[in-house]
Amino acid sequence: MKASDRLDATFAALADPTRRAILARLTNGQLSVSGLCKPFAMSQPAVSKHLRVLERAGLISRGRDAQRRPRRLVGQPLAEATGWLEGYRRFWEGGFRRLDALLDEMKTQQKKGGAPRARRKPR
Amino acid sequence: MKNTLRLSTPTDREVVIARVFDAPCRLVWDAMCMPELLKRWLPGPPGWSMVLCEQDWRVGGAFRYAWRGPDGTEMAMHGVYREVVPPERVVRVESFVFGGQARGEQLATMVLAEQGGRTTLTLTVLFPSKEARDASLAAGMEHGLAEGYDRLDQVFASSARA
Repeated sequence: MKASDRLDATFAALADPTRRAILARLTNGQLSVSGLCKPFAMSQPAVSKHLRVLERAGLISRGRDAQRRPRRLVGQPLAEATGWLEGYRRFWEGGFRRLDALLDEMKTQQKKGGAPRARRKPR
Repeated sequence: MKNTLRLSTPTDREVVIARVFDAPCRLVWDAMCMPELLKRWLPGPPGWSMVLCEQDWRVGGAFRYAWRGPDGTEMAMHGVYREVVPPERVVRVESFVFGGQARGEQLATMVLAEQGGRTTLTLTVLFPSKEARDASLAAGMEHGLAEGYDRLDQVFASSARA
């Protein structure tokens, strides 16, 4: 599947509130179909239909337990759809910019022959 | 010159971060292993503060970090050091604890390489499986570990009302 087709499939699957609720529940770990049905006021076949859509979009997969066949979340398509890597990059870049400033301070301290000190509150 | 961060997923089980710093290896190492220095720069979730930072940088030594969110929720990360080669390499097993529940273990390898007074940091996080990495990404998104995750929160926001 091309990246754009994959995004289309992801967003089409996410367009339904029940399917989003199912994904939200799976972020806490894998669940059997009956476990997934519990909070929803709908029949198991109706939930299974939503699960098939999510599975086709690659957003969930089936666990190895042949009896329960628990469904679990597959994070990668969601990550692509939400720009996860971009968020992750910004998360670390913010920290590394603070590290740049700290290293500058440590270099200055070292030239003066002193040890680096911890400031009371990071900025 | 601005040092930019390179981020990649070379395999299904890994995430790799690389960044150059304008400082010798030894200083970068100190900024990592001295808790009072680490606390000053280590990123936590936006709006969260680091409330615990303990680390024993020896083979078999433990580390424990904890953050507290604006609503009082706590998140922790702990683990054990497997390899410590000052000032260039450290390998540790780490796992996140959220809501009292430990997530799966991941192996983090940090390598520092100095050239001409500048240091390249490479951090590789290896998960036990692709599923574990994906689940970790998804769990991170759920808990709003980074700004980018907020977008997913918006996607999920309507499901809370459904």
